[in-house]
Amino acid sequence: MAMAKPKEDALAARLQSLATPDARGWLATARTEALARLQAMGLPTRRDEYWRYTDPAALNAPDVPAAARFDAGDEVEPFDAMDRLRIVFVDGVFDAEASDDLTLSGVRIERLASAGAADIHWAQGLYGVLEARGHSPVARPFAALNSAFATDGVLIHVTGKVAKPVSVVYLHESKTSDAMLHHCVKLDSGAELTLLENGPAAARFNEVLEVDLAEGASFHHIRLQGRAHERRAVTHLFARLAQKAELRSFTLTANGRLTRNEAVIELAGAEALAHLAGAAVGDGDFHHDDTIFVTHAAPACESRQVFKKVLMNGAVGVFQGKILVRQAAQKTDGYQISQSLLLDGDSQFLAKPELEIYADDVKCSHGSTSGAIDETALFYLQSRGVPRAAAQGLLVLAFLAEAIGEIADETIGEDIRARLEHWLARHSAKAGQ
Amino acid sequence: MLEINNLHVKLQEEDKVILSGVDLKIGPGEVHAIMGPNGSGKSTLSYVLAGRDGYQVTEGSARLEGAELLEMEPEARAAAGLFLAFQYPVEIPGVGNMTFLRTAVNAQKKSRGEPELSAAEFLKLVREKAKALKIDAEMLKRPVNVGFSGGEKKRNEILQMAMLEPRMCILDETDSGLDVDAMKLVADGVNALRGAGRSFLVITHYQRLLDHIKPDFVHIMAAGRIVRTGGPELALEVEANGYADILGEVG
Repeated sequence: MAMAKPKEDALAARLQSLATPDARGWLATARTEALARLQAMGLPTRRDEYWRYTDPAALNAPDVPAAARFDAGDEVEPFDAMDRLRIVFVDGVFDAEASDDLTLSGVRIERLASAGAADIHWAQGLYGVLEARGHSPVARPFAALNSAFATDGVLIHVTGKVAKPVSVVYLHESKTSDAMLHHCVKLDSGAELTLLENGPAAARFNEVLEVDLAEGASFHHIRLQGRAHERRAVTHLFARLAQKAELRSFTLTANGRLTRNEAVIELAGAEALAHLAGAAVGDGDFHHDDTIFVTHAAPACESRQVFKKVLMNGAVGVFQGKILVRQAAQKTDGYQISQSLLLDGDSQFLAKPELEIYADDVKCSHGSTSGAIDETALFYLQSRGVPRAAAQGLLVLAFLAEAIGEIADETIGEDIRARLEHWLARHSAKAGQ
Repeated sequence: MLEINNLHVKLQEEDKVILSGVDLKIGPGEVHAIMGPNGSGKSTLSYVLAGRDGYQVTEGSARLEGAELLEMEPEARAAAGLFLAFQYPVEIPGVGNMTFLRTAVNAQKKSRGEPELSAAEFLKLVREKAKALKIDAEMLKRPVNVGFSGGEKKRNEILQMAMLEPRMCILDETDSGLDVDAMKLVADGVNALRGAGRSFLVITHYQRLLDHIKPDFVHIMAAGRIVRTGGPELALEVEANGYADILGEVG
């Protein structure tokens, strides 16, 4: 298949800038295969339909666009009060001193950088495997690039119920860091895990998370992408769910110049459940893209997509969400909602919701809205003595409530609500309305 | 308490005059009723006093205990002691009624430099006031006015009034959409708040609400002005003969 010249050039330039990773063990094979996939598809350009609303140039560029480190001041780190196993990466480099010991009952945790050299490893059956499946029908070149070049990551194999959440913390120090991490999470039948991620990670971050859930396994994923204003990130969550498995994933994005979060979910076993949610708040130079592809391949599965964005001062939000229901997936229950609240006339929301259904007995609903703050409600609150800014904050939080409500853990949900409240108190639309 | 002088108001977007010289003086502890046909400007008067956008005051003043209301933000008017019970209370999905009430009460206290209520103090107070209005715990937990019946919405307005303890209360067609029992309940709620330090302006189409909330003065409004003022008997006259006679008289 011939590749368009600009894609070929972009790929060549990028590959030249990347160091060839250490090639030993099972990982070497996986990398070679991923590189071959990447070479067949090339890097995306704005001309690709899938990248029409988000310009991938800054994600492609051989030189990392600089991003100043963000100082959150004396703000408490997310999940601080929780008992958790902390794994710290600074600009994509593992920080052994800051990290906890990786031993925990019910789970085996290893680093990709060390486990990759083995001849045989369980992650062989997962690393790059879901990523490779995820290119049909749409290519996801940044994920293939990641499988080929990721320098590290965490491999988590859960055999039972894990006593505490595994928390991956991404710190950003260097102005021009370019981090690529690849995590694999495998849950055995009936196993349970909560994975927490937080932090900006690097000036530019490319993350892949592949999740394989066996029958009845339950995986909770909560991600806070960090408040650094100038960072850029492209992330992929690939997951395959066996019968009665459960996946709940929530992402909070506040700030960041460019964020593209893709999720590619396959409900492969009957009665599996996948809930994906996101809350994004952006002020000014902020471009946030949620691109979701949920495949119902088995009967009686449930999927929910709840994505909310609050945009002001020229911020841009993108949502591309698809539910594909295969013929075998009778009794599917699919729901998708994407909404944006535009706090001024300069901000923009671009949405492409899609349903593709081949089964005849399904329940699928989707909706997408974009609107301004409700002036009548604002006046009502003000008339009761609530100052305009606080009233607006209340209404914005109310708008985000459905997405935050997807977080199963109430303490985390409350914490995220409080963080958003503070964020809203610091930011306001200049134009006003 | 409230003194409105020669108030002229037009719609901001179109050049349409709604109020053309309203004069009204309400003393402390008094209850005034404004009646009048549709389109006479009754609701506009209440919105302008509360500070809603979309209206332009071209002339006149409205003072609450000497302070010019028309220059204040809506929240400042509320903190100064003004309360408007809406004809159509607004539904706010996602904001719990309790959160809303507590935010409002504490915002007003804060702006007056008074200490805010603790969660426990607030809860005790709201339960007590809600009980009198037959508002159950479930209604307090629900999002503001969402899924409330017409009667529940109006009772919720009175609950807010009871919690905020304003000095000047404006009731904009609080009787609309209420059956007799609900109207009685709302009126009882209002009457419980009557006192020397609190005044009321009751806007209504019909005399029946005034059977329950007995006014000291009744004003008839037409074409953006108060055209006649009298005692409670004026409301009965309207009830018996309609507005036509009075309006014909005034010309």
